[in-house]
Amino acid sequence: MNTTTDTTPPARRRPWRDPRVRALTFQALALAAVVWFGWTLLDNTLTNMAERGISTGFGFLDEPAGFGILITLIPYDETMTYGRTFLVGLLNTLLVSGLGIAIATVLGFTVGIARLSSNWLIAKLALAYIEIFRNIPLLLQIFFWYFAVLQNLPSPRQSVTVGEAVFVNNRGLYLPEPIFQSGAGWVAAALAIGIAATVVLARLAKRRQDRTGRGLPVLWPGLTLIIGLPALVYALAGTPITWQLPALQGFNFRGGMAVLPELAALLTALAVYTAAFIAEIVRSGILSVDPGQVEAARALGLRPRLTLRLVVIPQAMRVIIPPLTSQYLNLTKNSSLATAIGYPDLVAVFMGTTLNQTGQAVEIVAMTMAVYLVISLSISSLMNVYNRAVALKER
Amino acid sequence: MSAASEHHPDLPPPRRQLGVLGWLRRNLFSTWYNSLLTLLAGYLLVRYAIPVINWALVEARFAGADASACDTEGACWLFVRERLGFFIYGFYPEALRWRVNIVFVLLAAAFAPQLIERFPGRRWLGLFGLTAFPVIALVLIRGGVLGLEAVPTADWGGLMLTLVLAYGGIFAALPVGTVLALGRRSDMPVIRGLSVVFIEVWRAVPLITVLFMASVMLPLFLPEGVNFDKLLRALIGIIMFQSAYMAEVVRGGLQAIPRGQYEAADALGLGYWRKMGLVILPQALKLVIPGIVNTFISLFKDTSLVLIIGLFDLLGTVQATIIDPAWSDVATEGYVFVAAVFWVFCFGLSRYSQDLERKLDTGHRER
Amino acid sequence: MKRLVSLLTSLGVVAALAASATVAAADNSTLATVKERGQLICGVNSGLPGFSATDADGNWAGLDVDFCRAVAAAIFDDPQKVRFVPLTAKERFTALQSGEIDVLSRNTTWTLTRDASLGVNFAGTTYYDGQGFLVKKSLGVDSARQLSGATVCVLAGTTTELNLADYFRKNGMEYNPLVLENSDQTISAFNAGRCDVLTSDQSQLNALRIKLPEPSAAKVLPEVISKEPLGPAVRQGDDQWYDIIKWTLFTLINAEELGVNSNNVADMQDADNPTIRRMLGSSGDMGEKLGLPADFGTRIIKHVGNYAEIYRRNVGADSPLELERGVNALWTDGGLMYAPPIR
Repeated sequence: MNTTTDTTPPARRRPWRDPRVRALTFQALALAAVVWFGWTLLDNTLTNMAERGISTGFGFLDEPAGFGILITLIPYDETMTYGRTFLVGLLNTLLVSGLGIAIATVLGFTVGIARLSSNWLIAKLALAYIEIFRNIPLLLQIFFWYFAVLQNLPSPRQSVTVGEAVFVNNRGLYLPEPIFQSGAGWVAAALAIGIAATVVLARLAKRRQDRTGRGLPVLWPGLTLIIGLPALVYALAGTPITWQLPALQGFNFRGGMAVLPELAALLTALAVYTAAFIAEIVRSGILSVDPGQVEAARALGLRPRLTLRLVVIPQAMRVIIPPLTSQYLNLTKNSSLATAIGYPDLVAVFMGTTLNQTGQAVEIVAMTMAVYLVISLSISSLMNVYNRAVALKER
Repeated sequence: MSAASEHHPDLPPPRRQLGVLGWLRRNLFSTWYNSLLTLLAGYLLVRYAIPVINWALVEARFAGADASACDTEGACWLFVRERLGFFIYGFYPEALRWRVNIVFVLLAAAFAPQLIERFPGRRWLGLFGLTAFPVIALVLIRGGVLGLEAVPTADWGGLMLTLVLAYGGIFAALPVGTVLALGRRSDMPVIRGLSVVFIEVWRAVPLITVLFMASVMLPLFLPEGVNFDKLLRALIGIIMFQSAYMAEVVRGGLQAIPRGQYEAADALGLGYWRKMGLVILPQALKLVIPGIVNTFISLFKDTSLVLIIGLFDLLGTVQATIIDPAWSDVATEGYVFVAAVFWVFCFGLSRYSQDLERKLDTGHRER
Repeated sequence: MKRLVSLLTSLGVVAALAASATVAAADNSTLATVKERGQLICGVNSGLPGFSATDADGNWAGLDVDFCRAVAAAIFDDPQKVRFVPLTAKERFTALQSGEIDVLSRNTTWTLTRDASLGVNFAGTTYYDGQGFLVKKSLGVDSARQLSGATVCVLAGTTTELNLADYFRKNGMEYNPLVLENSDQTISAFNAGRCDVLTSDQSQLNALRIKLPEPSAAKVLPEVISKEPLGPAVRQGDDQWYDIIKWTLFTLINAEELGVNSNNVADMQDADNPTIRRMLGSSGDMGEKLGLPADFGTRIIKHVGNYAEIYRRNVGADSPLELERGVNALWTDGGLMYAPPIR
């Protein structure tokens, strides 16, 4: 703060003594340096590529790819383009990240709460889990789940089976697949109606609670609506959903849904590793709630469950959300380790095979990094919105 | 004296709350629900821990002449013992490994005393570890000067390479990260903008893409004739990546310093660099040592990713040997060994950082 | 400011120390750079028995490795003056393009795309290979045509990935590709039963098969589904260097054809055959035209041997792979190995 000096300016202030001039010069220099640096890089790259006869541009995205991909969420075969491989890889990344985040959250919250359990054995087990899994490199855990566990699973012909419907072997986990026939739409509609009705009911209950202090039962009617209604429609519509069982045919199981070992190993490793961090976040979040809050709630006569739901969790969530966000981001980024075990995620398919076949490193790396940038920014802005919703509302 | 005021000794607590039984009752069987949990967890523990212990210790083979000694169902630790040299030094020439050993000893000498608070000359050793040590280590490991035979980086490997990457990464990421953090807290919009963009971009992308970029694209960025060695390229990638994380840690420290400190430094007429260098950073960095250690832990674990770009770090050397046909199915032993090494380092460091946190938490932080 | 300066200086010192040896000579000629460095830098496979692999003491050996040694022998009269840089399949072309290595000798298939759009030149073929399939005998399969529906392990970043897709599509069969990062992982996955088939160049399949706990339980199917001419490659834009690499290879092949080997090369110096004399440098100035010493042929054969010796030592009868010469025999023996005359 130089307000005092400003009122009595020295007779001759040399320009390089003036902080504003200095700041402007410094910034201009920094900007110039960055621009120069960027330009040099670009220039070098273009010169090098021209000199070495490397092709450039995004035209390759329309060329046929010519290689197969193990797991595809959208129709794909080797006659399709490199642009399509980009999409396939991107969707596979989103699949494993989405599932991983869901599993890691559930597991992490469970372990975090177990860590605070009054049961000594449970608390110690949770502690052991956290300390073991967060101190071992993720890549190693992925290798372990993939190579060491895979080695010990039986071949398809000796599969472990549960009621001839679920099979486990070294080709993956095979589950019955629902086949939707005409009429299945009604069941889906019933499910949607059930969920919507429950939401409305919950709103009503909350409004009544706010107005009169007396709630409405939500849990049981809600469950009935969500499960019972579709079940009723299912029966009335003549069981329009059938289950296709996996069966051994040739080398592999056909039919049914398959969770391939690559996906399973990657998911397990990501979830188990991230859950260890989430558990610590949950624990410190819960511990950050002032014990006085719990005591006050008890003094008001709230039962333990209500205390937890209405007093502890809302306050803990405020502490939990920001670090939780960065764990979600980490998980998404870590999913790129897929390439080490052959799960075809974006990095493996696009930055790996596609890059190799086309040799266009600059374009492909830039596209891949842009994708992660977009994913990161969207997750953090989503979490920011949520964070604002649960933030302390000071009146 | 009425009988009522007569002092009676305190009654002992009820029997059921004392001793082992009391402890069990309180901690394991307080409610029916807890009892159930205890029994279930205990059952699972016994069910799975016993076979693991059996495998790892009871039936394991620790000694023997060759692979044929591993004839039991247990672990074959003999494999790890036989290949230990490769796991620690990689392809580093056997006759020159004493040089690496000196570096290991120096490293331990510089940093192990940091764990003991009253160790004489602890600070000087730490200073040595951050200044002279890296130079000495580089000269010893790389050679090529002072009459030491040069060892190309392609021959570096194993635990040694892991430590080189981790130490080199943190050593460079700390100053770069500090500069970035200062940039992000700067009053100058251009500097702030550039820092924010740099930090956010590097934090958003996975390390593996950074490593790919360093190994595949960096050569394209450089002018004709200038080239870095592969290890250095990987290291540059790691440093860029890690300094962005480091910047956020340091920024946390800078924000925790009360405004008064900034104003006091201004009042003393200190310029920006002296204000930061003499007043703010010493306090801020001290405050974030636990954060720095945590960043180091994650960096240390992340170094294992270099195996994907074809460097033989500890995990890489093990990965390369477990398929040796001379040993049948030693994958689990190999992975468990690597896991144990990483675990010891990371767990030790995390304990250290927790300790520091407790010690440094002097209520300095603004809430 | 002082602090920043000292900080930057210390950083700079470290960086300079680390980078000191990495700035190459300004002269654009690869040969001059190599001579000045006193060492050839050669990109090889990080571990493929028979082609390039390290033994327990860290010494490199293999067919690709010996080719690099031959080039070093031609330039320095010392086959040990080579530094080997192990490369993954993904990195190999960038490493060559960027000048990290002088020559790429890493079982690399010569294709049009690579020749034309990657900025590299292939200098010939050191090994004619073809893609095949490795299966476990217990699978009960005798032909690749029976593989419909199989899970196939394949190495990332190779031509095999494309050939595989072409082959299965052409024959109307389905497959699941499991793409792994390095050949060690493919064999691990194959061994664990994650895939039914391992596909790669036939020479590699044989090399990988001996890494299995029970090599005899697996077999290579008879089908060869592609042409894979493997050979050394150099950067575009330095024709002298390109010629040196080409003629090192041709010298190896010509030497076999002319019956010159590492045992008789000293006696052959004054042989009656003028072609031999030209090759060994006892007459003519063949070396000078390439920018090499006149006796470069003698040096190569003296230190490394001719093509037949290299083949036998690394992949042929004297190696664990025990591969037949097959198409890699000389053209005079019904094979494809044919070198232009040294004249």
